[in-house]
Amino acid sequence: MKILMLGWELPPYNSGGLGIACYQLCKSLAQKDNIDIEFILPYQADHGVDFMKITAATPQDVKSFLLSGIAYDSSLFQSKDIKFNGLRLEDQQTLYEHAVAQLVENEEYDIVHAHDWLTFKAALKVKALKNWPIVLHVHSVESDRSGSKDGNPIVKEIESISLHMADRVIAVSEHTKQSIIEDYGVPADKIEVVYNSIDVSTLQPLDEDNAYKYLSAMKALGYRVVVNVGRLTIQKGLPHLLKSARKVIDKAPKTLFLIVGSGEQTYELITMAAELGIGQNVLFAEFQRGKNWRDAFAIGDLFVMPSISEPFGLTPLEAVSYGTPALVSKQSGISEVLRNCLKVDFWDIDEMANLIAGVMQNDSLRNELWQNSFRELNQLSWDQASEKVIDVYTKHVAGALT
Amino acid sequence: MNKAIVLYMHVHQPYRIRHYTVFDTANNHDYFDASYDDSASNERILKKVAEKSYIPTNEKLLKLLNENHEFKLSLSITGTVLEQLEKWAPEALNSFKKLVETGRVEIVGETYHHTLAFFYSKNEFEIQVEMHRNKIYELFGQTPQVFRNTELAYNNDLAFWADQAGYKGILAEGWDPVLGWRSPNYVYRPAYTDNIRLLMKNYKLSDDIAFRFGDSNWAEYPLTADKFSHWLSEDENATNFNLFMDYETFGEHQWHESGIFGFLEHLPKEWLKTNGHSFMTVSEAIDNFEALDQIDVPQTVTWADTERDLSAWLGNSMQVNSIYSLYQLEDKILSSHDLALIDDWRRLQTSDHFYYMCTKYFNDGDIHAYFSPYETPYEAYLNFMNSYRDIVFRLSEKGIMI
Repeated sequence: MKILMLGWELPPYNSGGLGIACYQLCKSLAQKDNIDIEFILPYQADHGVDFMKITAATPQDVKSFLLSGIAYDSSLFQSKDIKFNGLRLEDQQTLYEHAVAQLVENEEYDIVHAHDWLTFKAALKVKALKNWPIVLHVHSVESDRSGSKDGNPIVKEIESISLHMADRVIAVSEHTKQSIIEDYGVPADKIEVVYNSIDVSTLQPLDEDNAYKYLSAMKALGYRVVVNVGRLTIQKGLPHLLKSARKVIDKAPKTLFLIVGSGEQTYELITMAAELGIGQNVLFAEFQRGKNWRDAFAIGDLFVMPSISEPFGLTPLEAVSYGTPALVSKQSGISEVLRNCLKVDFWDIDEMANLIAGVMQNDSLRNELWQNSFRELNQLSWDQASEKVIDVYTKHVAGALT
Repeated sequence: MNKAIVLYMHVHQPYRIRHYTVFDTANNHDYFDASYDDSASNERILKKVAEKSYIPTNEKLLKLLNENHEFKLSLSITGTVLEQLEKWAPEALNSFKKLVETGRVEIVGETYHHTLAFFYSKNEFEIQVEMHRNKIYELFGQTPQVFRNTELAYNNDLAFWADQAGYKGILAEGWDPVLGWRSPNYVYRPAYTDNIRLLMKNYKLSDDIAFRFGDSNWAEYPLTADKFSHWLSEDENATNFNLFMDYETFGEHQWHESGIFGFLEHLPKEWLKTNGHSFMTVSEAIDNFEALDQIDVPQTVTWADTERDLSAWLGNSMQVNSIYSLYQLEDKILSSHDLALIDDWRRLQTSDHFYYMCTKYFNDGDIHAYFSPYETPYEAYLNFMNSYRDIVFRLSEKGIMI
């Protein structure tokens, strides 16, 4: 089966979980019999990938491409407010659409598999030209990214039309499937849930010294550390974490919070920590990669993901793999997958504080939670996900056409 | 009629904090050592200011003092700038000494580290005043008789303290809501005090020189010494014109090209043409003129912004959170008996750090931004808090827990 994958990013040039999920899924699919993948990206770069063919839709390098924005910047899509002279995200989308149409002109594929809204128009274009079946893979919908049902109407229109036109839709969780049904009225039986997973073997191991020296030193003095890693954006619900941090510190003053990431909420969150009078206990590190990124997970006693709406949520699994148990919001896909973690409604600040303080004050709870979640983690693999995707390809799409 | 110009200039440079991240905390203790090319490099800035302002201005002032035996002025010089001059521009420090050696330059007392300690710790405040007194005596052989608090932050309590401490005078902003119908051009007596006298800045005349001098859109542009002397002569009953300003007005805020040095050179000649006109130091004005009335200032007045209060330093949550955290450490820091640690803690008290965190006019890119070495007030806050936590870490290494 020849698969045409349409994606917006792949590691190491990913701005978030989207690129990692695409990479891992393709890697696992490529190991299956009779699967041949060509992945079209909107920019040119070396990804060190040998299990599939990667084609650049345009000759831009990553740096100039990223000036236009990232897939998570949907709120800025076609916004008249931003003053920017270069290519805008909507220009990139159009460029990609036309480039993909040209690239496939003399090619034959069995399936088009497109990942998230920026590639959906290209998929529709290919369907119009070639009538190949299209599978749209939803890693997030506009209501996730905007943190509300409103969102950017232009982006919602793209998602609505595309999802209705698709032959099949894959959602990364039940949570996302429900959003697609509620937001766009797509029939439930057209949507298949395929959970993301994690390939623990691809995570680089920790070394002996942790980069967060202050936190290490304070832990040795009886302090405990709560960590969040992610974009500082409304979807991620960090104001709720800070509000419960205030309550946690009242109960367990020796608690420190490490917030790793960048985003449009950065200044708001910094100000908020100061307003709450917990600036002493809250450390802000910008977006990190490599060792600083790994060590952030490792230094935590608890990883908290308070997202308002999280289609899947890979970071809690990464935290577990680096030795830290997780507290996740119930409004996340990962809460459907991971049994051994703490769960809370993102808006329930008191309960969030209660659970965090509970772990901070009880190392045996912390250890028990982590050990069980780690066992669970090791049973997860992308293999189940790719099996399900192939099932979608054959049973629902290829089968339906023959 | 006897009239005196009381020219008083304030010389100060802080120890700016470098870009200091969570990865520096507990790792490097060099908060104040930005690399030379960095916008927060104290050495580079000091050398630049010495070259552009201190040395040429002192040259002019010395010439004026030598040529006009009636020319006099007062200076306040903070401990933090004196230390930096000793390290990086000894020739500029020498030029200040030469001015003082004429016997017609009076030095005004203040806090060594240019801090707002008066509002947080009377004990710490008194130590810093004492430190400054010693430093001034050591370098210039003078003991200050007149006091000015950091940022000219003044209220009844401060006047009461200065009176008890034996000062003959104190300086404050001649702010209209405080003066009411009265003019700043007289000597006053602070409410609830016995002996001390109050000199209030004539901010209109002072700002004509300090802010409007080089502004070609100003109706009075260009300002000549002749015109300025004429304005002063028009106030028939006035005794003393208190022209208080930042020393860096000359050559730094108003560039050499604006003609500011020519103005400075001509002012004494023009002013002294008339019988009864003179220059006086702050002490001389207090000795020569009777107090006209009593001034009651229950609320703190400063010389900054249109609000003339402490809001430029303590107006937002980041400022309050950071300064409060810092002074919370006082007892622990002093009990450490670690001189380097105590010194770093005091350097962090310098009011400039909190000024850089001001968000009042952040979006307009106004005067606050002009003085800040950081791109945003948030960055200023994060650098500060990461340094604060390093201080906490250093305390913990000595077995002192907060």
